[in-house]
Amino acid sequence: MSLIEDLKALKATAVARINATEADVEALRVSLLGKKGELTALLKGMKDVAPEERKTVGEIGNDVRQTITTLLAQKKAAEETARLNEQLAAETIDVTLPGSAHQVGQPHVLQQIIDEIEQHFLGLGFEIIDDIVDSPEVETDEYNFERENLPKDHPARDMQDTFYITPEILLRTQTSPVQSRSLEKHDFSKGPLKMIAPGKVYRRDTDDATHSHQFHQVEGMVVGENITMADLKGTLLSIMQKLFGEKHQIRMRPSYFPFTEPSVEVDVSWNEVTPDMKPEDIEWIEVLGAGMTHPNVLRMDGIDPEKYSAFAFGLGPDRFAMLKYGVDDIRQFYLNDVRFLSQFNRKGN
Amino acid sequence: MKTSLKWLNEYLEESVAVDEQSAADLAERIERTSVEVDSVTTLAGKQDGLVVAQVKTVAPHPDSDHMVITQVDIGQDELIQVVTGAPNVAEGQYVILAQVGSHIIDHNTDDIIEIKQATLRGETSFGMLVALQEIGFDNKIAPKDFDAGIYVFGEEDNVHAGDDAIAILGMNEPVIDTDLTPNRSDMLSMLGTAYEFGAMLGIKVVIPDFDLVEYEPLAADQIQISVESDELASKYAVRVINNITVKDSPLWLQKRLWNAGMRPINNVVDITNYMMLVYGQPLHAFDLDKLTTKQLAVRRAKNNEQLTTLDGQTRQLRAGEDIVIATNDAQPLMLAGVMGGMSSEVDRSTKNIVIESAVFNPSLVRATARRHNIHSEASSRFERGVNSDHTFTALDHAASLVDTLATGQVARGLLTAVNQPREAIQQAITVNRVNHILGTTLTLADVTTILDRLAFEYTIVDSKINVVLPARRPDMSIEADLIEEIARLYGYDNLPVTLPYGPTTPGSLTKAQRQIRASRKILESLGMNQAISYALTTPEKAQQFAENPAAKVVTLDYPMSSDRTTVRQNLLAGLLEDVAYNVNHSVRDIALYEQGRVFVANGKNELPTEIEHLAGVLTGNIVESSWQQEKAERVVDFYDIKGIVVAYLEQIGVKNVRYVATDRHANMHPGRTADIYTDDVYLGFVGQIHPKMTRAKKMTPVYGFELNLFTVMSAAKETVSYQPVTRFPQVSRDVALLINDTITNEQVMTVIHQAAGSKLADVTLFDVYAGDKLPTGKKSLAYQLTYQNNEGTLVEAEVNDDFEVVTKALVAELGADIR
Repeated sequence: MSLIEDLKALKATAVARINATEADVEALRVSLLGKKGELTALLKGMKDVAPEERKTVGEIGNDVRQTITTLLAQKKAAEETARLNEQLAAETIDVTLPGSAHQVGQPHVLQQIIDEIEQHFLGLGFEIIDDIVDSPEVETDEYNFERENLPKDHPARDMQDTFYITPEILLRTQTSPVQSRSLEKHDFSKGPLKMIAPGKVYRRDTDDATHSHQFHQVEGMVVGENITMADLKGTLLSIMQKLFGEKHQIRMRPSYFPFTEPSVEVDVSWNEVTPDMKPEDIEWIEVLGAGMTHPNVLRMDGIDPEKYSAFAFGLGPDRFAMLKYGVDDIRQFYLNDVRFLSQFNRKGN
Repeated sequence: MKTSLKWLNEYLEESVAVDEQSAADLAERIERTSVEVDSVTTLAGKQDGLVVAQVKTVAPHPDSDHMVITQVDIGQDELIQVVTGAPNVAEGQYVILAQVGSHIIDHNTDDIIEIKQATLRGETSFGMLVALQEIGFDNKIAPKDFDAGIYVFGEEDNVHAGDDAIAILGMNEPVIDTDLTPNRSDMLSMLGTAYEFGAMLGIKVVIPDFDLVEYEPLAADQIQISVESDELASKYAVRVINNITVKDSPLWLQKRLWNAGMRPINNVVDITNYMMLVYGQPLHAFDLDKLTTKQLAVRRAKNNEQLTTLDGQTRQLRAGEDIVIATNDAQPLMLAGVMGGMSSEVDRSTKNIVIESAVFNPSLVRATARRHNIHSEASSRFERGVNSDHTFTALDHAASLVDTLATGQVARGLLTAVNQPREAIQQAITVNRVNHILGTTLTLADVTTILDRLAFEYTIVDSKINVVLPARRPDMSIEADLIEEIARLYGYDNLPVTLPYGPTTPGSLTKAQRQIRASRKILESLGMNQAISYALTTPEKAQQFAENPAAKVVTLDYPMSSDRTTVRQNLLAGLLEDVAYNVNHSVRDIALYEQGRVFVANGKNELPTEIEHLAGVLTGNIVESSWQQEKAERVVDFYDIKGIVVAYLEQIGVKNVRYVATDRHANMHPGRTADIYTDDVYLGFVGQIHPKMTRAKKMTPVYGFELNLFTVMSAAKETVSYQPVTRFPQVSRDVALLINDTITNEQVMTVIHQAAGSKLADVTLFDVYAGDKLPTGKKSLAYQLTYQNNEGTLVEAEVNDDFEVVTKALVAELGADIR
């Protein structure tokens, strides 16, 4: 037998052995391709091959090595895959068991409403005034009432029962005093004043399902040379649609606040309003008070009401949260029951 | 104010429709144009089947002492037998019968019930004779007490058997109850309401007409009046009426009163109330013969005066403050403009009366009413301002009605003590200005049409409209008031919708606002829920964890309740209340934080200092997994809350933070609390709440921290300083020490850092052991020291040298036994 035939025979038997093997692929590789292996042994016969045949024999020898190597590699890979699959099968777990707990804290639901309002007005170019200097929770009677056009014996003071500390110092009943404090400082050469002031306010009320001695307000105000009541309507429509949904509408009704003239109460539609809807089918709920800032208020803050006009509004985060989520007792907001707080856990709304 | 539309029509040139749907539609328009509407109702509600019946016979009930058997005529062929227990039933009376099949309101439950044929002690009754309280009248408006028995029509009421009692009693008249804002005192009268509805609907107002006949003797011969000072009243007048007969008012007047929510009393009192409802001008009638002298004065109360008001209460008057009407020799007769007094009350035997009409100083009336906690129909009108044009008209009209209804003779002469004329107020406005404020494009014609509807007088000069502001609108005095009138009558629904335009302004947060918002977000990311507690608390809790227990608290002058008297100086006490609430409701695993203000009092009339704080509490278990042993729930401890503080301060950018053991906080565990400093700046504390506070409330150990957010914010470093991540490998060495258990981790760390040399990158404590395998008083601490050279690969020998310096220092300085 020539070397060529021997090589071809080795190739045939090697392929058959590799395909047939169940066990040790590495041992097979050593016995076929190793230093003392069968191919190495055969190729030792190269030295006896005639020089003109060496090239051909060499190529055949390479083909045999290549074929065996590839087949062995494939076999080994298949074997590893099988072993891995076996291992993975053994590692199977019940993926329906509970995952480990990770506590994610929530902003308070009132904070979430305030955040939403802040974000909206920041987008409209408003500043937020909530620092201790311009928005103190303990206020003077002057800023809380007198500068808001509520002199000492004004009947409308009955609308806001007050926690007094001294005859001149009180817990603020509204965030409106922030208007005066901001206006005093505003530099109109830098454009109109557009601000909101979120914060806590206090009323001398007995706590029950709908009254709380402490609640929140977000005061808003825009003062400039061309500020109109139509702008107020547009601004309020935009925030109400942000809070309640784009298809909700607002209506303004006459009202009275000493610090605005005209004054309006604003209702938002509880249902979504479509163009073909009959007016009597819209259910309105009262959500806030607003108006064009009273000239006396502007004048007391050193603003010329002939030159500047202004609107102001007061939003009630507590009321919004009650409406939005159907919370029927305002005291829930201040008990901090974990079962209550942890429900308001939707981010990205 | 309750407004019967049928009555209102008397003052409108064209009537408004009074059916149910029209009334509801009108109410909707009122809400959009004028004021809030509380309700649109009729006294009848869903009641029906009530007829006027004449009692023909009354026979004793054979089997009952208190019931009788009546036969009543309801205009049909046959009489109807009705058994009644009414004590006042008598033959010939006209009464109200609730027929079989009629529906009436059960006056105990307010449910609608159907009247059925009934057998009462063996006698059949076909219906029920009723009192007004049994057909939906509140006791406050029914003219007679329920105990007095069934309602009996007066002889002059001219009713007939079979008449619809609901219509006769005015119970079917729709009544719109408006909820008036304090400025709209004009709408506390039928005429003011007529002007308002008229403006809304484009209908002109008709002023009521009356004839006044005067008789001798002169009023001036019977009484003298004076006003102590012009400050008390700007108008004060009286009329005297002689020889009157006090009795029930006719039905037409009673109907108007009860539909307006007022109780008919007698003709004289009813006339004064009626005039108040028509004109908005409160009047008061005195019994002239009960006055001890015939000199009436408006004055301030004197020392030691008292007065029994018509509500039966005897009141001590505030000298120099309360405003009263008095004769010149005795105790005051009434609180002027607020409430009458018993001593001069008009009753059924009264023969001669004095009626006063005045414009009292609104502030003084308000102060008097508040001091005595009386909010009467009169005071609510005087406080807000009455129409001074009608002050004397209402008085004359009242006198004329007393003539008609009480057959009296009006004594000649209107006596006036003071009559200050009201200065006419003119306010100019331009169409441009209106459009400038409203954002509208109204024309001159649009504006004048609205002014015409309001029945305001005006003249036009060039572009200016000069409007005369009428006395009936005391709420109006400036241009903005006119703009409001135009806006609301034009309709807020018709206003355009725009956003402010003009120079752009940036909407951005300040540094402090970003820091406060970030503080909240960091704590939330660390698993804590935000709490918002009450700032008002008890004096004790206000100071419980206060930064400076000697700082003065802010205290309410007149608190509502003893648990809300003082403004807080710390947040932890509030959070502890929250924990207690949760524990009481079986919620045991709690992680809460709060960001809010605390308050430190300054001088008496100075504002307190407000400081933003940040605090958190942790209690119960940390639950990682409820079913995996190796991750089972475990009880939170000091290091959990400290870890939160550490992570927070790290994230907000506070460096060089030190935790110093402290026992100085009275309400914190003395062995488990640390004061927190950055360099030498005190930030707050962290630790276990003192068990004396938590055990009493059955709480598991509670851990908490409270930080002065302002100090934290100013200690926070502005920027991140970036270090390139090194590509050279780290080398680490472990060291375990046996040391006295009084030595703290911080002491060890200090020694390591001081001795370590420049290549030490990090030190980690990885084991703490103190137990019975160690000698008493000893503990074992193990640290891993990580070395790093940012410029090149570390040389083994260098690390070994540096590490040996550290171990030697630990031995030398802390007496450590290196294990």
